[in-house]
Amino acid sequence: MAVSVRGLRVELGGSLVLDGVDASVRQGKAVAILGANGSGKSTLVKSLVGLVPVTAGEVEIFGAAGKLPWSRIGYVPQRMGAGSGVPATAAEVVASGLLDNRRLRPGRGARRRSLEALEGVGLADRASASVQVLSGGQQQRVLIARALIREPDLLIMDEPLAGMDQESREALARTLAGLQDRGATVLLVLHELGELTALIRRTLVLEEGRIAYDGPARLPGSEAEAEQDRHAHPASSWPGPAVAGTATAQAPDLSRKW
Amino acid sequence: MGELASGEVEPALKQEGIVMEFWQTLQTMLGSPLMQRALVIAVLVGVAAPVMGTYLVQRRLALLGDGIGHIALTGVAMGWLAGSAAGLATHDVLAVPGAVVAAVVGAILIEVVRERGRTSADVALALLFYGGIAGGVLLIGVAGGTSANLTGYLFGSIATVTGLDVWLSVGLAAVILGVGLGLRPALFALCHDEEFARASGLPARALNILVAVLAALTVSVSMRVVGVLLVSAIMIVPVAVAQLLTHSFRTTMALAMGIGAAVSVAGLAITYYQPLSPGATIVVLAIGVYALAAAAAPLLGRRRTARAAVS
Repeated sequence: MAVSVRGLRVELGGSLVLDGVDASVRQGKAVAILGANGSGKSTLVKSLVGLVPVTAGEVEIFGAAGKLPWSRIGYVPQRMGAGSGVPATAAEVVASGLLDNRRLRPGRGARRRSLEALEGVGLADRASASVQVLSGGQQQRVLIARALIREPDLLIMDEPLAGMDQESREALARTLAGLQDRGATVLLVLHELGELTALIRRTLVLEEGRIAYDGPARLPGSEAEAEQDRHAHPASSWPGPAVAGTATAQAPDLSRKW
Repeated sequence: MGELASGEVEPALKQEGIVMEFWQTLQTMLGSPLMQRALVIAVLVGVAAPVMGTYLVQRRLALLGDGIGHIALTGVAMGWLAGSAAGLATHDVLAVPGAVVAAVVGAILIEVVRERGRTSADVALALLFYGGIAGGVLLIGVAGGTSANLTGYLFGSIATVTGLDVWLSVGLAAVILGVGLGLRPALFALCHDEEFARASGLPARALNILVAVLAALTVSVSMRVVGVLLVSAIMIVPVAVAQLLTHSFRTTMALAMGIGAAVSVAGLAITYYQPLSPGATIVVLAIGVYALAAAAAPLLGRRRTARAAVS
């Protein structure tokens, strides 16, 4: 098992955000975590990487309970951190992904690896640009490159599609397909499957801190979920004719919004 | 013809005279042991302070240095108190060590308050500002001094540095530069995106405390040059200038170090000729450089955006 969660309960500021979540993900799988705002999906992935304290239950990653195998996990937060008063280039931000609990310095070849990671997300030409001047979608891709530079066996992404333009979404789909070929496990928090529909075989749907659905991505009754999602995020119904065609063909139930 | 020639020779001679005079003054300036010590400290502070300043600006804690500086003032008074209690001949021999201790303790306190998130960062800073000043004035009175004794620490007193002060500064600056530059990748990761740093397994809490302690040491070492009230300026203003002109973290830090050293030395040299406060002169120079850079940056920026649009 790449990820295994048993009876996970998380309390934040006095309210129960996760209320007994049980789930496991086998190595090499791509799983999407869906759910409305406030259903606890971000908290679930944050508890996996130790960003929120676990109140009760167990989190096991690659069979190791308690101590996380940091160097094998790549984490992509929702957006770039607030602290960026000083300019930093895309290459510098990406290189910080080489550090973990054992490595406080990136070591030799950091620059080269950082350029390779940026090339992987299609941003090789912006390596020396300050991240502050990049578009929202490009910033998101920089964060993905920062997670990929350590060549993780498990990639955890918190709403990677939010704020991404279509070019970035397609670049992400290609990147994830490459990771899957390498045998890596991918865990994504999503509002909609969108361009990633072809990659995702299984979805977990959270509702008020509990798992409401766990099964194949092409699920009966998912229409209601998709419907809800669409209403909650009208801004995301951007036109994408070319991709919409392929997505509809592969997973009609979840992507019919086009 | 002859008249014309003599008319040309005279200004040349005069110019040579000015140059000679300049060299002579420079030699006397550099020959004075007092000035030598002051220059060594000014260069150390000018180079070391912007290193920590870069991290503080990056995490939007530009005023942290000020908060720590105010606490250091209480430390100075505590040093006085300890000095007079121990019956030492000169009361202020323990002032700087007292400031180092108080600044480090205060910085760790700020970090704990910030981490707990019970009090917002600006309220925590306000408590330190006023608590530090009030504590300093109160304790200096208890130690048998007056607040006039604190003036040297409020506005800097680089002219009174001793050989011991120089060695203390060399030691502190070596620690700040060694850790601040040596651990730059980890400190950059922490200050740029703390959540990601924690999710990567970096020892975020230890690194946070390290930043706070290094900032406290920087404040202590800069205090003699620019004084408690201006201590944050020498950390922050060079960074503010550099970030207008660069787009990478590395060059921002390097440029800020260069600017810091340049304004420190230039400010000190000016006060050798003019009876001005060295600390204030250095800070005003730095802000002048900022104004120039701010005026020049839009021109550079336009070129950069144009290039970005092309690519």
